[in-house]
Amino acid sequence: MVTLLYFAGLRESVGVSREQVSLPSGNSTVSMLVDELRSREGRWTEAFAPGRQWRVAVNQQMASLATPIRPGDEVAFFPPVTGG
Amino acid sequence: MPRVRVQPEDFDTGRELESLTRGRVDVGALASFVGLVRDANDGSKVSGMTLEHYPGMTEKALEDICAQAMSRWDLIDTLVIHRVGALKPGERIVLVGVSSAHRGDAFAACEFIMDYLKTRAPFWKREETPQGARWVEARASDDDAAGRWSR
Repeated sequence: MVTLLYFAGLRESVGVSREQVSLPSGNSTVSMLVDELRSREGRWTEAFAPGRQWRVAVNQQMASLATPIRPGDEVAFFPPVTGG
Repeated sequence: MPRVRVQPEDFDTGRELESLTRGRVDVGALASFVGLVRDANDGSKVSGMTLEHYPGMTEKALEDICAQAMSRWDLIDTLVIHRVGALKPGERIVLVGVSSAHRGDAFAACEFIMDYLKTRAPFWKREETPQGARWVEARASDDDAAGRWSR
């Protein structure tokens, strides 16, 4: 299982702030996880549609599509940041 | 050691900056930046904003940015305080303080920390306008500002 977190506008788009999911396969990556999320119903497809801007962090470090995901990881999705 | 705080409360700029120099005689330069809530953005009046963040990652990201600044310039200390929650126009959002022996390092590191914070620290602003509340869009100019430090 991995913990997924959603923040800001992306959280509002998918309507969930946190969930637990099982990994698509033994050797998972962010890319595979996102494909899985995209295959859910409408708002998920929409939130992760090509051209939509989002960022991902794995275990609280900025990550990319190629970043591996292992059981127990915390994966967070959010829009480009706007602090300061 | 970088000092980083994320908090809903306001901060006393003078007192916080003084903490970087108190009891020391090796600081020759203290550079600082204070970010404030404006009453207008992207052509709309702004009556307030709410700052959301990613607890845990935010602090790590800010500590990492300060550590990068410490390794790039000859600094004595760094301080970052960033507020979260509901804020009104005129209120302080962020304070960056950098102490060094000389001004060049302090000025550069202060700007670097703000540029990196703007593009790498997980904060999001939602602003209230007469047309309703909206999430602030990230700016390409912020990416450009951060990018120039890696060129």
